[in-house]
Amino acid sequence: MTPENTLTDAEITEIQTIFRHFPEKSAACIEGLKVIQQHRRWVSDEAVRGLAEILEMSPAAIDSVATYYNLIFRRPVGRNVILMCNSVSCWIMGYDQVAACVKRKLAIDYGETTEDDRYTLLTIPCLGTCDHAPAMIVNEDLHRDLTTENVAAILNTYE
Amino acid sequence: MDKPLTQHIKKDGSWLTLKEYEAVGGYQALKKVLTLAPAEVTTIVTDSGLKGRGGAGFPTGSKWKTVPMGPDAPAIKYFIANADEMEPGSFKDRLLLEGNPHQLIEGILIGAYAIQARFSYIFLRWAYHQAAKAITQCIREAYEAGYLGEHIAGSDFQLDLSLHTSVGRYICGEETALLNALEGKRANPRSKPPYPTVHGLFGKPTIVNNVETLCNVPLILTNGADWFMKLSKTGEGGTKLYGASGRVKKPGLWELPLGTSLREILEEHAGGMKDGYQFKGVLPGGGSTDFLTEEHLDVPMDYKSVSAVGSRLGTGTLIVLDDKTCPVGMVRNLEQFFAQESCGWCTPCREGLPWTTKLLDSLEKGTGKMKDLDILTFQTHYMAPGNTFCALAPGAMEPLQSALKLFRQDFERHIHEHKCPWE
Repeated sequence: MTPENTLTDAEITEIQTIFRHFPEKSAACIEGLKVIQQHRRWVSDEAVRGLAEILEMSPAAIDSVATYYNLIFRRPVGRNVILMCNSVSCWIMGYDQVAACVKRKLAIDYGETTEDDRYTLLTIPCLGTCDHAPAMIVNEDLHRDLTTENVAAILNTYE
Repeated sequence: MDKPLTQHIKKDGSWLTLKEYEAVGGYQALKKVLTLAPAEVTTIVTDSGLKGRGGAGFPTGSKWKTVPMGPDAPAIKYFIANADEMEPGSFKDRLLLEGNPHQLIEGILIGAYAIQARFSYIFLRWAYHQAAKAITQCIREAYEAGYLGEHIAGSDFQLDLSLHTSVGRYICGEETALLNALEGKRANPRSKPPYPTVHGLFGKPTIVNNVETLCNVPLILTNGADWFMKLSKTGEGGTKLYGASGRVKKPGLWELPLGTSLREILEEHAGGMKDGYQFKGVLPGGGSTDFLTEEHLDVPMDYKSVSAVGSRLGTGTLIVLDDKTCPVGMVRNLEQFFAQESCGWCTPCREGLPWTTKLLDSLEKGTGKMKDLDILTFQTHYMAPGNTFCALAPGAMEPLQSALKLFRQDFERHIHEHKCPWE
């Protein structure tokens, strides 16, 4: 007996709409992972198996793609994901002091989530806004010209 | 018209709607192109001297020319705009994507017509959310106005365009890796030949061009190849988006004639160094270019001249190193980025980049030895062009190899003083 697919009907419908645009089902793998993540913030083992079934791929093949891309989360993340740019222009402009300030305030390190599930802190390569370094993205919002003075207030606006 | 590429971009951060774009002559180039033969379009672009603005600088017309044409060519071909701007220190395509997506769409349409493509994509990096909003709305407007879909502007030409938002990884900017990502796979680069122009997305002929490259295309078709050629100071064709970041007075982005000197960009447009900081060096075209110093400041920032002094124009966005920033620390930051972003497919890159990062790390911590400098030099040969599967690792070696030559004393001070002298 095959276990029931744990993806919701809404997720399955969205994924099926996507693979109709491609010459082969497996081409919808990344898009499928994006759909799942949009619904549940991260991609669990069960979700990988569910997607594999729909796309007629092995769970291992799906996971090889999922773990390749740094914006597909294979571990749970908090309600707000902070992506701190750690590339060269932000480094020159002292992003590490801003990052230290964030780590102290939230009492977490990179790759960790606060106990109240409010924030996850990660790094991201160059955000392409180097004339306003240092910069970070919280969820989908870009914040620029960060300082050790203004970063805490920005984070406070995210519940 | 001294800033043809960006003259219509608004200062308030909103993008040009279809109506606004049409009011300044938008989609007129497309209408003209639809009356020409595809080969004529490619010839005009070739004659203009337009070269790829994404970093590699390959002549755009020559690339288009290698796509199979005529009755025996595959019925399905693809045209892709590479909007995966992730080169460290580069922030130029963002302006065009957020400010005027219709200009890009028109460029894609013209390119797709020239190679007779049936489908097109904009491959956008995830982090550019504002651009994604702008592009989505502009694509919808273009379909509604009949610039996309069937019978474009009343002709027999047919093209569909969709936006693909990526999920990270620098390597997706490499054109064959980008194709794998679009196919839903791991974005490891593909072996070349066959080149994507013959065997690309889903095995079909495919063109991948950078955003800034494509935004120039409508202007070339409107004003002619000669006009474009004369825009530059040094005869390579066109203007260029130049940027500067680091401790300069006015970090920013400017459209200037191609071939503007490094000194003019740094001193006039970026306003020189911030008070209290001295100029020490500069990466002229993003993170994977060789350092230049004081003696190179008069070099014209075009493809040929920057190569002649041992670096590359790359993306044209300067990353400035000042005297209060450690050059070893800066290179360590870059190598850590490249090590993290290596796809891991080929051995020199997968093993060499973390090794390089470790050595630079130990120098920064004060535990480096003189022998480490020899190993670092060895790495720059070990990961030289031709020894790796794609250009990622050779690019990563450019700032390192030049820093080892230009800032040799600073490397040695880390060893003799058993600490980073800048700490």
